[in-house]
Amino acid sequence: MSILSARDLSIGYDGRTILSNIDFKIHSGDYFCIVGENGSGKSTLMKTILGLQPAISGEIVFGDGLNKSQIGYLPQQTDLQKDFPASVYEIVLSGCQSHLGKHFFYSKAQKKTALMNMEKMGISHLKNRCFRELSGGQKQRVLLSRALCATTRVLLLDEPVAGLDPTMTADMYQLIKELNDDGMTIIMISHDIANISIYANRIFDINKAEIKTITTGGTCYVG
Amino acid sequence: MLDKLIMYLQYPFVKYAIIVGVLIALCSSLLGVTLVLKRYSYIGDGLSHVAFGALAIATVCDLTNKMILVLPLTIVSAILLLRNGTNAKVKGDAQLAMLSVSALAFGYMLMNLFPSSSNITGDVCTTLFGSTSILTLTAQEVWISIVLSVFVVTIFILFYNRIFAITFDEGFAKAVGTNVKFYNLLIATVIAIIIVLAMKLVGSLLISALVIFPAISAMSILKNFKSVVIFSAISSVLCALIGILVSILAGTPVGSTIVVFDAFLFLLCYIIGRVRSLA
Repeated sequence: MSILSARDLSIGYDGRTILSNIDFKIHSGDYFCIVGENGSGKSTLMKTILGLQPAISGEIVFGDGLNKSQIGYLPQQTDLQKDFPASVYEIVLSGCQSHLGKHFFYSKAQKKTALMNMEKMGISHLKNRCFRELSGGQKQRVLLSRALCATTRVLLLDEPVAGLDPTMTADMYQLIKELNDDGMTIIMISHDIANISIYANRIFDINKAEIKTITTGGTCYVG
Repeated sequence: MLDKLIMYLQYPFVKYAIIVGVLIALCSSLLGVTLVLKRYSYIGDGLSHVAFGALAIATVCDLTNKMILVLPLTIVSAILLLRNGTNAKVKGDAQLAMLSVSALAFGYMLMNLFPSSSNITGDVCTTLFGSTSILTLTAQEVWISIVLSVFVVTIFILFYNRIFAITFDEGFAKAVGTNVKFYNLLIATVIAIIIVLAMKLVGSLLISALVIFPAISAMSILKNFKSVVIFSAISSVLCALIGILVSILAGTPVGSTIVVFDAFLFLLCYIIGRVRSLA
């Protein structure tokens, strides 16, 4: 049973098609990577999956009881956030916004979830620090904690290692792999082919519109 | 000097001015943080010019309660300007500038074509700089201001968490199913209300100061959202209070006196922030 699939999907902006005939199925527990050159439409595909913009034709189908708002999302950082005065805790907690429902304020359980996810990402000691003063790697961990507050099932990551140095990049991949080992379905956009072929179990090349399934590899490199 | 102040405070128009001034300062500073962070600092200026145009129409039509026309027109403009959210394209600021100057020109022309009093220059000056209009408030206007302020503050507190989420990352909020469109609409409406209220206090040219200064001051020394909001609310209220009292004692224009205090506080905060980051 696929958790998310694209059926004859065409994506684009303002009625202009960038890519068409996209078909893929993502299963629960997958580490699914979407690769392609810059400007090939990766981000557009991601936005379409998240429902941030409409598809030109075709559809994204959610299965296995998943609904659209249960996808955690790690976006690329925007310029806007560079001078934003917010503490780490405030940002992580905002990941619970989809569980607010008809309530105005976060419940005790939701605050606990936020603290727990910070613990999991190893950033508890940064709780009261200002987001804009953190390093690139720490910022990614904060945003990842926030995404975890929104979901327990599917994580969508948009270029998670962009702008990170090699050590932090390795760290980030390790972190994502641990989440995947715990049962989280990972959908990642990247052009870091070298690393992806180590970790991902399925790679979708957006230009060739084909899926490569990697049966071996992965774990053996990481030990 | 204290005697003089106590004497003035016994006049109802002084009390009214203080009540309304403090409320407006509070409301504008709350939303100011969101506006500044969303890169919408200039929207206050644009909207206030729209409100000026609307006010001119209301004056020409000789409406007794001008709010009936000014408020809806400003709200509609705010919604039109803000509906695109942070994803607005570059032409957004050109749109804003166009709307703003044409409303200003249109309003001024109307006031000249259909003069409602013999002193047009005085009227225009009052609307633009708010010079003395806050001292001519009627009890009814004070009540309207109180009701609208309570509405604004309540909305802000109830939707605080969502406003934070949307301000920080609109894309994420939308992706996890928050109704971003609705909250942008809500923010736009509230801003329009604040602008219309604030016109009385500082006039349409100086409104931006009330929206921007408290937020920027707070942001230059504080590091989390909640404290930034609280600090800008308190500092804005204090500046308004001091500004009104000083203007009454010294006979200076109310609006510009408040803005001068806001600007001074910003300078102070900015220096503290710089010194701290160097140390």
